[in-house]
Amino acid sequence: MKKLINDPADVVKEALQGIAAAHSDRLRVLTEPNNIVRADSPVQGKVALVSGGGSGHEPMHGGFVGMGMLDAACPGEVFTSPTPDQMLAATQAVDGGAGVLHIVKNYTGDVLNFEMAADLARAEGIEVEAVVIDDDVAVKDSLYTAGRRGVGATVLAEKICGAAAEQRRPLAEVAELCRTVNANSRSMGMALTSCTVPAAGKPTFELGATEMEIGIGIHGEPGRRRMEVASAHDVVGLLATPIVEDLPFSAGDKVLAFVNSMGGTPLIELYVVYNELNHFLADRGIEISRNLIGPFITSLEMQGCSITLLKLDDELTALWDAPVNTPGLRWGA
Amino acid sequence: MPVSYSQASDWIRAFAATVAENKVYLTELDSAIGDADHGINMNRGMQAVVAKIDGMSGPDIGALLKTVGMTLVSTVGGAGGPLYGTLFLQMGTSAAGKSELSADDWAAALAAGVAGVQSRGKAELNDKTMIDALAPAVAALQAALADGSTFDDALRRSAEAAEGGMKATIPLVARKGRASYLGERSAGHQDPGATSSWLLVLGAAEAFTGQQAGN
Repeated sequence: MKKLINDPADVVKEALQGIAAAHSDRLRVLTEPNNIVRADSPVQGKVALVSGGGSGHEPMHGGFVGMGMLDAACPGEVFTSPTPDQMLAATQAVDGGAGVLHIVKNYTGDVLNFEMAADLARAEGIEVEAVVIDDDVAVKDSLYTAGRRGVGATVLAEKICGAAAEQRRPLAEVAELCRTVNANSRSMGMALTSCTVPAAGKPTFELGATEMEIGIGIHGEPGRRRMEVASAHDVVGLLATPIVEDLPFSAGDKVLAFVNSMGGTPLIELYVVYNELNHFLADRGIEISRNLIGPFITSLEMQGCSITLLKLDDELTALWDAPVNTPGLRWGA
Repeated sequence: MPVSYSQASDWIRAFAATVAENKVYLTELDSAIGDADHGINMNRGMQAVVAKIDGMSGPDIGALLKTVGMTLVSTVGGAGGPLYGTLFLQMGTSAAGKSELSADDWAAALAAGVAGVQSRGKAELNDKTMIDALAPAVAALQAALADGSTFDDALRRSAEAAEGGMKATIPLVARKGRASYLGERSAGHQDPGATSSWLLVLGAAEAFTGQQAGN
């Protein structure tokens, strides 16, 4: 394992110290338990947004703490859910009296821990709503599985709901907006290489030198199929076809197209993918009216990408365009 | 003979030792169908539990079990933290204020704990989870007490039922948790959560009957 670390046991702690040192203008890092909160929290009268999950997906979630996005992020160990006491502490730290929205990615551990945290917070008299994000079309949703995983739509929901909270919209409305973003988003990812969890020291899964995995999860969970590496043109077809068919997205729709790096894929390749996606959607009469391109929801050093499409209306577009000032996303402020 | 505070405390310590011994085994089971951290996470949590209960002297068994639950909730992470945490928290609520547990008290506490796990995780029997070991353990315990068995016999039958339930997870297709993403590929592997749950029930039988044999 080659990594720029000191000790595998200290990776999360030392990264948090680095984040604190780099971004103290916008956020504060709390310890015991670990949490990242807005520097000016709690913001009185504003619905507070709390998200969290295992570490290793940076900049999500800690990099999205700041004006116009999250009030707090709870970082767990690498790929391991944070704990309810940690989420409760974050919820208490940022509650400005207007209630708290928990944005939860659909993984069994994250969901169970956030449910317990919400129970504890409500017992403390804090109004909490939770929305579970489940946009990954690689997983068949059914009563007999844990359901779809939460991936790229999480970033979009955090941005759009953050903007709504800044407008002082009430908790129920911000939560409903979060459900709307989730309901109108679909994603799928792929990997060219595995990733290595520092504490494990070896790749999470084996992928042959000329193989790729289509439908990979952000923790290296298995996808739909393993096959020989194909061109960017063909990969976009393999990812975007099930996305478009699932919602479905159809001619005349305006979308936000989010092309994300899994961590190890460079921007130049993301633009090649974006170019293919632009043609793919144009051929179907679907217009990209907003885009996001870069490493935003990563899986350590995994090479690969994911595509997320969100069907936009005027309200979602305006909230997407609203000012945001976080270490990971910044415009208009 | 009822379960004393020190027997309950011994049971928790023995479970911590068993988890430590089986840390690699539990993690290997989890790497086949999950995310390869069950033994590591449970061991971290149970070591924290032992450190916490060292400072406790009783006599409230309910308070002991609640402390175990809260410690697991705050140290384990993943799905195991809230599920095992809820198990102990609900057992602790059932046993609140009691300095000894009769056979019926123990059965009621275990049943309350397992009901809590079921409500938290929403798993049914045969979903390939902890419940596959725990639910049969409760049923066997209650059946044994209902037909007039001694507490020792009831504890043994409970542990046997948990073992049977654990082994029965091998051919099952997972319907909950990360293993469910594998679909049919999850069949042929023993569930790690059912395995740690069997160790917990077996540990109770050993801790509670072992003491009684000497009396």
